[in-house]
Amino acid sequence: MNKTTTLYVVLMIAAIAAPFTIYPVFLMTCLCFALFASAFNLLVGFTGLLSFGHAMFFGLAAYVCGHAAKVWGWTPEFAILFGTLSTTVVGYLVGWLSVRRQGIYFAMVTLALSQMVYFFCVQAPFTYAEDGIQSIPRGKFLGVIDLANDTVMYFFVLAIFIGGFWLIHRIIHSPFGQVLKSIRENEPRAISLGYDVDKYKLVAFVLSASLAGLAGAVKSLALGIATLTDVSWQMSGEVVLMTLLGGMGTILGPLVGASAIIGMQNYLSGFGSWVTIIMGVTFVVCVLLFRRGIVGEIEHRFGKSAAK
Amino acid sequence: MTEIFGVPIQALMGQLTIGLVNGAFYAMLSLGLAVIFGMLNIVNFAHGALYMMGAMFSWMLLSYWGVNYWFSLVLVPLLVGAVGAIIERTMLRWLYQLDHLYGLLLTFGLALILEGAFREAYGSSGAPYDAPDVFRGVFDLGFMMLPKYRAWVVFASTVVCVATWYVIERTKLGAYLRAGTENPKMVQAFGINVPLLVTLTYAFGVGLAGFAGVLAAPVYQVSALMGSNIIIVVFAVVVIGGMGSIMGSIVTGLALGIIEGLTKVFYPEASSTVVFIIMAIVLLIRPAGLFGREK
Repeated sequence: MNKTTTLYVVLMIAAIAAPFTIYPVFLMTCLCFALFASAFNLLVGFTGLLSFGHAMFFGLAAYVCGHAAKVWGWTPEFAILFGTLSTTVVGYLVGWLSVRRQGIYFAMVTLALSQMVYFFCVQAPFTYAEDGIQSIPRGKFLGVIDLANDTVMYFFVLAIFIGGFWLIHRIIHSPFGQVLKSIRENEPRAISLGYDVDKYKLVAFVLSASLAGLAGAVKSLALGIATLTDVSWQMSGEVVLMTLLGGMGTILGPLVGASAIIGMQNYLSGFGSWVTIIMGVTFVVCVLLFRRGIVGEIEHRFGKSAAK
Repeated sequence: MTEIFGVPIQALMGQLTIGLVNGAFYAMLSLGLAVIFGMLNIVNFAHGALYMMGAMFSWMLLSYWGVNYWFSLVLVPLLVGAVGAIIERTMLRWLYQLDHLYGLLLTFGLALILEGAFREAYGSSGAPYDAPDVFRGVFDLGFMMLPKYRAWVVFASTVVCVATWYVIERTKLGAYLRAGTENPKMVQAFGINVPLLVTLTYAFGVGLAGFAGVLAAPVYQVSALMGSNIIIVVFAVVVIGGMGSIMGSIVTGLALGIIEGLTKVFYPEASSTVVFIIMAIVLLIRPAGLFGREK
């Protein structure tokens, strides 16, 4: 067994043992945000596109899934699927518009479009504006397995997380993923090699949006709420921070970053605005001193073997 | 009462004025962003937060030390500019050789810090700030009532924007600045202190945001959240106008403010999204922006 496999086995065992020692709802939140950050990382870390509006997919899927589960009474698997597919469609539209610009402009365009989605969610009737969709039922998986129990739900979320994570892993190591990396490294050269760069970017964007949507949909069932916070620009900023802190372009980085940020928010939840201040400081420190992020720094110090 | 397209002319003119005032703020903020972007290649995400800081400073100056509006109008931009100079010297300076996105991320972090700090200190509910007595009341233009303070905002911001345009496009200092934007190494070789020029540019752009903040204090509620509400719209304005031209960002800012105001009259549901819709259309037709140059 090589080091990478060992690491994954250890993580797997830890993930299975975790709900018996740590509060499962906290773990589920971590997993959802880790998937969200991994989806975001697929775009920023492996394609070089910094989207500043990924909350629109996360939040929109949360609303759609929550609505399907609560109002239409769909089973969780179909509600999640429907939520995810809705962001695939929105992701295609947004990506189609925004891959026309690069770099800083891409960030601003995605931010502006996500703000548009935010205002749509403020006004649309099915989101219940300031209240959000509350007490969304988790339902029965395949109509049989009751997910109301936190530990059962945790394993359901874990299974989806592993599925999503595996997919991202596959995408990155596929020939398609190699083309994405070449676009990140040197776009003009990728173009001159004959790759239709915009098409690759668009596909990466849609994949990333769909997986972010998957994370949002699962989150709405796990926590039972979908609110305006999920679509806000602050949420887009949070996922950027999670990825930056964990390490952009590393596979495990988003997982580490998401757990760190969620943990921090959990422990400091009584301190109000201090959470925002600390997040801001983390941003500044990461950008100035710590651009590789936690996992990136570990890889750099101890060779490139771990989780690459 | 006279009507246009079934809308009373009073209401139409009222929204048009509000739109013009909003447009004046968009213009000042996007101008500052454009100036900073031109020289530093950084999109200053903290711009909204510094605008908020400008409004907060003038409110604090008035309520703690009784410093009046007119002094604030001069003092606050200098203070905010000084804060900007410190930010540039201690932080942004280290990022110039890196990907531009790091500048965006750093200033986003700064925006969070500023917003969080002011919210922690003063809450998010907002405080009123009274305009000076000179601006009480309205001008009666016959067909409409124009509040004096709103007229002043549009006037002052137009003067500041045109002055900025003049300095950058028509003076020696502006020539250095434009040359520095094109080729900093060459300009440095001619004996011009480019790092200082960069610091001053950032301080100036940020000072402009501070100035806008003071102007905004009597119009909007002074609150910690006022910056983040406006900055995303300003970003959309910048994408629409393209950051290549000074005049472009001024004109786009004003025009979008007016369009937003008109939308509020004819189709209120879309008033908060119309700027973003226009941005999407502009991206389809002219990806580089209306006044932008394709690289």
